[in-house]
Formats: sequence, structure tokens, C-alpha cells
Amino acid sequence: MSDGTMDTNRSGGLAFWVVGSILLVAMPLLNLLPPEDSWLHLSDFSLNRFGKFLAFAILALGLDLIWGYTGILSLGQGVFFGLGAYCMGMHMMLTIGKESVYGSDLPDFMVWNQVKELPFFWKPFYSFPAAIIGAVLVPMLFALVFGFFAFRSRIKGVYFAIITQALALAAWLVFNRNDTNLGGTNGLTDFKQVLGYRLSDASTQRGLYILTVLCLGGAYLLCRWIIRSRAGRVLIAVRDSEKRVVFSGYTPANYKLFAFVVAAALAGLAGMLYAPQVGIITPAQIGVLPSLEMVIWVAVGGRGSLAGAVLGAVSVNYGRSVLTNYFPGLWPFILGGLFVLVVLLFPDGLVGMIRKGKNLLNQPNAGERKAAVSEGKR
Amino acid sequence: MTERGSIIQLEGIVVDYDGFKALNNLNFIVEYNELRVVIGPNGAGKTTLLDVICGKTKPASGRVFFGERVNLIGKREDEIVSLGIGRKFQAPSIYGNLTVWENLDLSLKRSSKGVFPTLIGKSTAAEREAIAQNLETISLKDYAHTRAGSLSHGQKQWLEIGMVILQDPSLLLVDEPVAGMTDKETEQTGRLLQSLAEKHAIVVIEHDMDFVRQIARVVTVLHEGTVICEGTVEKVQADERVREIYLGRQKVAHV
Repeated sequence: MSDGTMDTNRSGGLAFWVVGSILLVAMPLLNLLPPEDSWLHLSDFSLNRFGKFLAFAILALGLDLIWGYTGILSLGQGVFFGLGAYCMGMHMMLTIGKESVYGSDLPDFMVWNQVKELPFFWKPFYSFPAAIIGAVLVPMLFALVFGFFAFRSRIKGVYFAIITQALALAAWLVFNRNDTNLGGTNGLTDFKQVLGYRLSDASTQRGLYILTVLCLGGAYLLCRWIIRSRAGRVLIAVRDSEKRVVFSGYTPANYKLFAFVVAAALAGLAGMLYAPQVGIITPAQIGVLPSLEMVIWVAVGGRGSLAGAVLGAVSVNYGRSVLTNYFPGLWPFILGGLFVLVVLLFPDGLVGMIRKGKNLLNQPNAGERKAAVSEGKR
Repeated sequence: MTERGSIIQLEGIVVDYDGFKALNNLNFIVEYNELRVVIGPNGAGKTTLLDVICGKTKPASGRVFFGERVNLIGKREDEIVSLGIGRKFQAPSIYGNLTVWENLDLSLKRSSKGVFPTLIGKSTAAEREAIAQNLETISLKDYAHTRAGSLSHGQKQWLEIGMVILQDPSLLLVDEPVAGMTDKETEQTGRLLQSLAEKHAIVVIEHDMDFVRQIARVVTVLHEGTVICEGTVEKVQADERVREIYLGRQKVAHV
């Protein structure tokens, strides 16, 4: 596994500002300024699609923190993503008002299911601030309670992966039920506006894109701050030798819980940004399969590297969106093949390949270093 | 017993693994600033003895007192660590993906090791000085910014000893520190432990008899979970039962 503490500070800082300004300034300008028939023009569709990828990248950062750095594989990140997306979606459902198909104050699916009164847990979501705070806080609280019991019981390794997968399955089942009053299989959709801005307007989508870039930048800086702090080194230490961490006077369970809750918050934030940009959230986006895909993003990008998590989320999703155009049925096989390939041949993912390439160019004795690194991994 | 009393005192300890008594009515006392070596054939209960002291194994009966009559029975491992008992494991357990300096920095004794104080905590000059001094002690001054995973086996063992010392324990438990070391590393480790014994009480478990002769003042011989002999190396070597145990089982040991 590659090592986040070895990131060179200066080149990392420069790359952050270069990539940041391309995403934040250049992309929206390419969408706005060149005429539509120019080759430089970035279509509304492409910008919106890219915004969705960047929302996924926020989730990938959190997953990297818990998996790449702390060494705990969570196969349930889709649940936290879904909680965030549904919180935002519920607010947008309630702001549709009389514009809905049935012209009722209630969301259409409730009318269809003959629900007469808005369920109590929907009521806080009339408020926009409550919705965005809830989108982050609900996943955090959920992760706090779940993680508290899991880590206190010293559940780790493959057992933790399995129970988080069970969690994803359970969440999928619950969200699918009509009785849950969250739209069942069809989920929440047909959103019209956020804070009075029409979601169908290109300018609203551009605004959401810029907001997503800013949130991604903030999430990146937060994660970087954590991993460069002493607590971040404790996370890596938990991965390397949990026994020694205990005998150095730390309580590993608390550190794991911390990383897990931060990862859940970032997943919730990602879901919150996803819902208005994509316009729909259904149980199909939060279950077992999407949660597994999220792990593959990080594996492909390179776990244990924040840049890798972002790169992986964007590139796998871009690949998905291109390839499903040409080979719609083959995507699961391509994804599975990609995962096997990465695990077998490039355990450090795209970032590891880039680093290896750099080392080969810079120093002829790179082979020795590699041997030393794999020695340290045991 | 000295005026200050003993640093660790085990009385009538029994550890029962489904009928197999790993420790059987064991009594074991170590004084302050003592360097004690524990030897014994495989399965004699040496590692179990350390497990009982540091709270990893709960004895079925018996009492364990630390320092001025602090009862250790029923305390959690991390509580026992913070009371001042440090442990060096048999296989080097260090953080391979962190540098030597970072390994030591995480091990330093601090007022709080909770998540949030650790998240915002910065190193003080005194802490950096302590780490620098520690690097001298364990002969890793030139490796401060090397990834710990790429150190040699012997260096990893020293690093772990250094990590344990930085917790400032009053009692140091060291499990087979020289297994797998070269002769030169073994000798250096012996000197390291002897210099540490000036400030800490140390219990060393060891198989290597040359090493035992190098460092030992008082040797305790364990056999089938009880102490069968205790004294200087010469006394232990002259003891009939000790000869019997070792020669009866493995004639290579020149005890």
C-alpha cells in the first residue's frame, strides 16, 4: 500500500491549486464563453455530469480515510450517501408544492399510495437549513451509533466488511418498502427547485457544480489536515500494528470511530450534492452494488492517497459513462475485471503507477526502494 | 525486600487454559531498578507471566501488586500502560509505514491520548529533545526519517524498545529481545538494556544463554508454571533441578 505520509508537500500544494482552478474557473468558463458550436465549448450536460463525478469524489475521500489510511474496509458507504441524498431529496419534494402531477401539497407518491397526512419525519425537511444540516448530521449519527458498537466489540477485518455489507442490504430493503414513505422503488424524483432556483436552468446547475467543487476542495483540505496531524499518524499506526497502538496508551476503537464518522459525513455531503444535480435518488443507488463500486473507485485511484481517491472516483465514473454508451450490458464485467486487474497488478492504483513512473525516471535504483516498501507492508 | 518495597509482586498466580495450568501457584517479585532475566524451557509460562502483568491474561486466582500496593487484577491493558508498565513484544511490533521519528513521537508519554487532543496537538521543544535523546540511546540517530518498515530486524527491535522507553514506564517487560539478531546486535542490545536498568526496572525473557550471562544479575527459572530456582547465573547453573530440566529435554543448552 502506498503511503500518504510520503506525499511531498510542495508539489502536492501546487497540484491542488492548479487542479482547483481548472475545476472551479476554467470548466465553468468553457461552458459559458465559447459559442456552442466551438470545439472548446463544454456542454451543459458534460458540466453537470462532471459535477456528479466530483460529488462521488467527496465520498471517495472519506472512504480512503477509513479504508486506505485506517485499514478498515467499509462496504456500507452507499448507506451514508443515501441518507444524505434522501435528506436533500425530501426537502426538494416538499418544495414542489402544487406543481406536482396530482396538484397536492403531498409528494406524488404519497397521493398514489393514499397517504393522507405528511409523515412526522418529513416535517423538518420543509426547512432548507434543516435539510442540509440533516444530510450531513444524520449519516454521522448513524455511523456513530453503528461504529460505536462495532468497534467496541472489536469487530475488524473481513467481519467488519461483512456487517457493513449487511447494513447496505438492510438499508436497501427498508428504502424499497412503500411503508417507509420514502417513495419505494421509484425513490424521490421530479424535483423542481432549490431555494427558488429552477433546477432545469443551466445557471442553477452551473451553480451546483461550483458548489460541488468548493465542497470537494474543503473535504480534501479537511482530510489532508487530519492525515498530517498526529491523530492521522495514529490512524496509519492502527493499520500497521493495532497491538502496539494499545500498548502506547491509545484506544484504537475511538480513532476508528472518528475516521468512520468523518467518512460518513463526507458520504452524506456527497449525496446531498448528488440529488439536485442528478434529479433522482432511488434505493438502487444506495445498496450493496453501489457500495462495492465506491470501494473500486478508491482501489483504482490508489488507496492511502487522497489525490488517488479523487482521481479514481472521477476516472471510473467517466469510464462508466462512456463505456455504458457503447456496451450497456458489459459494465459490471468491465468493472469486475478492472478490480481484479488493479488488485493483482497495481495494488497502489493509478497514483502508484504514476509514482512508479516518476521513480523510474528520477532514480535508477528505484527497485531497491520498492523492496524496502514491500518489506514494510508485512 | 528494600525499604521502598518491590515494584511488582505476584502471589499465588494460577492461569488455567481448560485444565492446562500455564502458571501454577507462581510467586514472583522484582525490586526497583532491578534487571531480572526469566528463563525456562518452551511452555514454562514465561510469556504468560508477562501477559498476566500487563492485563492481557486474567489469572484464575492469585494477586498482582504494582509499586505501592496498586492491585492490577481487573485493570484494562491501557490502564496498566498508563500506570507505568511498558511492554516490548517478541516479534517487532512497530508502525512500518511511518518514519522512525514518527514511531517514537506517537509513543511519547502525553497528558492525553484522546482523539481530539491528538488531532490538534503540536510537539513541544522538550518532546523533540526527548525523542532526539532516545534516538541516541537506541543507536538510530541516522535513521530518524527512514521508514520504520525498511529497518533491519535488529534495528526494529531497538526501535520498539525506544518506543516503550518513551512512555516512561517504571517497569519494562521485554520478551526475547535478541531472537534473530546477529552477535554484534545481541551484544549491543545487552548494553542497551543494562544502561536502561539504571533508571527502570526491567524483566527480560530470554533463551540465549550467552546473552543471559552478559546481562543477568538475578535469574529466575520457570518450569511448568512455577519458579523452581532463583539467584545469580552461577547459582542457577549449579542447581540440580535446572540441569535436569534442560539436559533432560534439550542437551544443547549449556546451563
